[in-house]
Amino acid sequence: MDDVPRKQSEQVQPGEESRQHEGAPQPGDARSERDPGAPQPCQWPAWAAGGGEAPPPAVLEELRERFPDVPFVTQTTADGIPTAWMPAERSAEVLAYLGREADQPFAMLYDLGGVDERERLHREGMPAAAFSVFYHLVSYLRNADLRLKVALPEDDPQVDSVAGVWPAADWYERELWDMFGVGVAGHTHLHRLLMPPWWDGHPLRKEHPSRGTEYGPFDLPDELADEMQEQLRFKPEEWGLPRAEDDPTLMYLNIGPQHGATHGPFRVIVGLRDEEIVHLIPDIGFHHRGSEKMAERQSWHTYIPYTDRVDYLGGVTNNLPYVLTVEKLCGIEVPDRAQLIRVLLCEFYRIASHLVFYGTYAQDIGALSPVFYMFEDREILFDDVIEPITGGRMHPNWFRIGGVAQDLPEGWKQRVLDYCDYLPPRLDEYDKLVMDNRIVKARMVGVAPISVDDAVAWGLTGPMLRAAGLPWDWRKQRPYSHYDWFDFDVPVGTTGDCYDRAAVHVEEMRQSLRIIRQVVDAMPDGPYKAYHPLATPPMKEPHTMHDIESLITHFLGVTWGPVVPPGEASIYTEGTKGQYSYYAISDGGNAPYRVKIRTASFPHLQVLPLLCTGYEIADLVTVLGSIDFVMADVDR
Amino acid sequence: MSALLSAGALVAVTAWYWQLLTVLLVLIAVLTIAAGLIWYERRLLSLVQDRYGPNRVGPLGLLQVLADTFKILFKEDWTPPFSDRRVFVVAPSLVLVTALLSFMVVPVAEGWVVIDLNVGLLFILAMSSLAVYSVVLAGWSSHSKYSLIGGLRAAAQMVSYEVFMGLSLIGVVTLAGSFNLSDIVAAQQRSIYYVFPQFIGFVVFLVAGFAETRRIPFDLVEAESELVAGYHTEYSGMKFGLFMVGEYVAITLVSALIVTLFFGGWLGPWLPGVVWFLIKTLLFITLFIIVRGTFPRLRYDQLMALGWKAMLPLSLLNLLITGAIVVAGAG
Repeated sequence: MDDVPRKQSEQVQPGEESRQHEGAPQPGDARSERDPGAPQPCQWPAWAAGGGEAPPPAVLEELRERFPDVPFVTQTTADGIPTAWMPAERSAEVLAYLGREADQPFAMLYDLGGVDERERLHREGMPAAAFSVFYHLVSYLRNADLRLKVALPEDDPQVDSVAGVWPAADWYERELWDMFGVGVAGHTHLHRLLMPPWWDGHPLRKEHPSRGTEYGPFDLPDELADEMQEQLRFKPEEWGLPRAEDDPTLMYLNIGPQHGATHGPFRVIVGLRDEEIVHLIPDIGFHHRGSEKMAERQSWHTYIPYTDRVDYLGGVTNNLPYVLTVEKLCGIEVPDRAQLIRVLLCEFYRIASHLVFYGTYAQDIGALSPVFYMFEDREILFDDVIEPITGGRMHPNWFRIGGVAQDLPEGWKQRVLDYCDYLPPRLDEYDKLVMDNRIVKARMVGVAPISVDDAVAWGLTGPMLRAAGLPWDWRKQRPYSHYDWFDFDVPVGTTGDCYDRAAVHVEEMRQSLRIIRQVVDAMPDGPYKAYHPLATPPMKEPHTMHDIESLITHFLGVTWGPVVPPGEASIYTEGTKGQYSYYAISDGGNAPYRVKIRTASFPHLQVLPLLCTGYEIADLVTVLGSIDFVMADVDR
Repeated sequence: MSALLSAGALVAVTAWYWQLLTVLLVLIAVLTIAAGLIWYERRLLSLVQDRYGPNRVGPLGLLQVLADTFKILFKEDWTPPFSDRRVFVVAPSLVLVTALLSFMVVPVAEGWVVIDLNVGLLFILAMSSLAVYSVVLAGWSSHSKYSLIGGLRAAAQMVSYEVFMGLSLIGVVTLAGSFNLSDIVAAQQRSIYYVFPQFIGFVVFLVAGFAETRRIPFDLVEAESELVAGYHTEYSGMKFGLFMVGEYVAITLVSALIVTLFFGGWLGPWLPGVVWFLIKTLLFITLFIIVRGTFPRLRYDQLMALGWKAMLPLSLLNLLITGAIVVAGAG
């Protein structure tokens, strides 16, 4: 994993991390704290809780005042997000209050998911539960988070739907049912979302097999294939829609899962009157690979390559929220140089991803050429900057717990600056070719606008949210990885229509270049990975080759992977397409107990019916292009 | 091809062998150009898009045409079981036959024309109207929703654009006083190229030409990002090939018509007329391809709005002014 080609003259064995760093901090105290051995329950030192000293959870006090009869149980988490458990029968009431009535309400349902609690060892202070459902709420007015959990029994676990409070809950609740078999009372269409309708069992339950080899040999006789096909047939009555036979002016058109405009295996069924879209049902799950299930059988370290592939255009921007979360759980302080290397790479990948967006968007509305120019720019970025630094292209798998895989190669500065000089004139040219083109404007301006309120309620983030007019960028609002060191603007739109969404993306590329130039100037000397026993693989210098304790630690860190202290954390980042986070639960093992991947594309795609209804079928393609989703990111 | 020959034979001619030779010459030339366009378009588009394009088969990739032809000939000739079989098979040939028939009345050089029809222009308009059937029937007989929408769009688009395509030409006819294409070129020899007095007519005809050939920015009949491939979604093999060749013949035809009607056809100094004709035609074919590399696609309603709200009034205005000037000149 670490045998990335090196340009330096020094001879280094693949897999070793042995670069000298003068003046590096001495890891003395941290090193002797603990010995990451086989996973077994034990007492963890105080720092294990990471940033455990949470700010006084004012919002929880508020809840206790408002609902004196609800027995809230607070839980301390590593990320410091106020977290409380509540009984299932009162959850709908509490959540409705938070989402609607509360002063400065939690207008966004950021994430919703389940946890199979049955095999969890470290449940100190938590109510008994076989399953739990968590609601991660975000309030933009307060710039605050809240995580509420509901404890559920093993038999017939059930929660009440909150889709009435946050429309975004619709798909999340379907996923909850699909993955955990947790029923959702009051949900209008509680069918499988990611798994096919004929699937047996609920995959994220611990008893569900996690590998194909746990099943018998795969066989698909014709009759079964036909039956599956039949189950995938769209039946309007299941969705409360009229049948085409009953309505002569209505036509249902099945688009996808294999279709040029869907950017991956995505299926959408549109009900058309002439060319106007009157009904629209998105269907996802064709790209589902079980990334969350895989996390439970990978070590914390070996899961990093899987994150690369979640938003496959975003490269290391996927690594970042994951490693930040694990570092929070481990209590690792990442050195400045590593932080800035991460920022550098993330911004380059933002550009790479946005270039793909730009080109494919132009192609979606019929312009054949721009996509070639933009892919060429991306190719140059990969060849001249990203590959020399990381050795990889789209999935470099380059961030590590505690830092990055390697130090920057010689001559990186010139390559980076060269690209910063290369791209802006090209972007100006594309403005003339695409954004100022009259036909482009005719196709985009005023198409499928969305208000800020709707955008927040549907869980839209990133460029989608900013195009609607809310200048909210997590790099600004809650700076991570030293983003507060840099000066950059947050581009916003006014109406949230397709043109605004494109314009925000375009401007973000320029801002990324601005950040990159500042990163080059600010890049400090120092280690590229933390001197911490849980940083993986641990730095060899200065102790590993000198005392046996460190050698053992290093050996175990490389072979078994680090053992992360029990706890929960979710750190979010401003990814290429919006807000990303990995809600990771450690049970004190060398693999995550549960990882919930919150991606931006998932809610972005869910809002499609709201955006497209009433527009023409050609606009559907425009809207799909403007959303900037990748299906791997939606289905995980 | 047989349709073309029989149509040629219908006309009573004295020197039938001379007639036959012209027919064959024009037919072979047109088909060669149309086939060559496969290579030309791909290379030119690549140039626009910063890439090489087909450059492996033969010198400059010229034999790519042959490779493509063989490939398409050896593809399985599949007719979907759910289609209306007879119509499905007939539809692709219609588009090619009508485009080829139109070439009968286009003078390549002075006196080089298959039939010197005195209603030549009307004949061409009639043929292009017939070509709509090919697209509509292909869309209809495929029994696929994408094809159907493509076919419906085609019908609406081509019927609308026919209207002012015809109207835009009336100015030329008024000036030349004839529907005969050879006469029109001869009239330009006496005065000037009609692109100058008939500039509006030229622009309208050019736009209509793009619409009639279903090229970007008016290719929403195919609109690959929305309708997969529109009316020919279900076609494969040589039947699909016929649509493609039909499209290239149509591009050549529209370019040849623009040259004949507005840029003096075979007229030009020093070089033989036929060379001038070919050079000019190639220039407009190039325009077609470069536009494809440049523009996005219009939306269906925008296409209709452009047609009825901008192009139609423009061509009527043009007709009014031309008529007034001609009448004033005569009076």
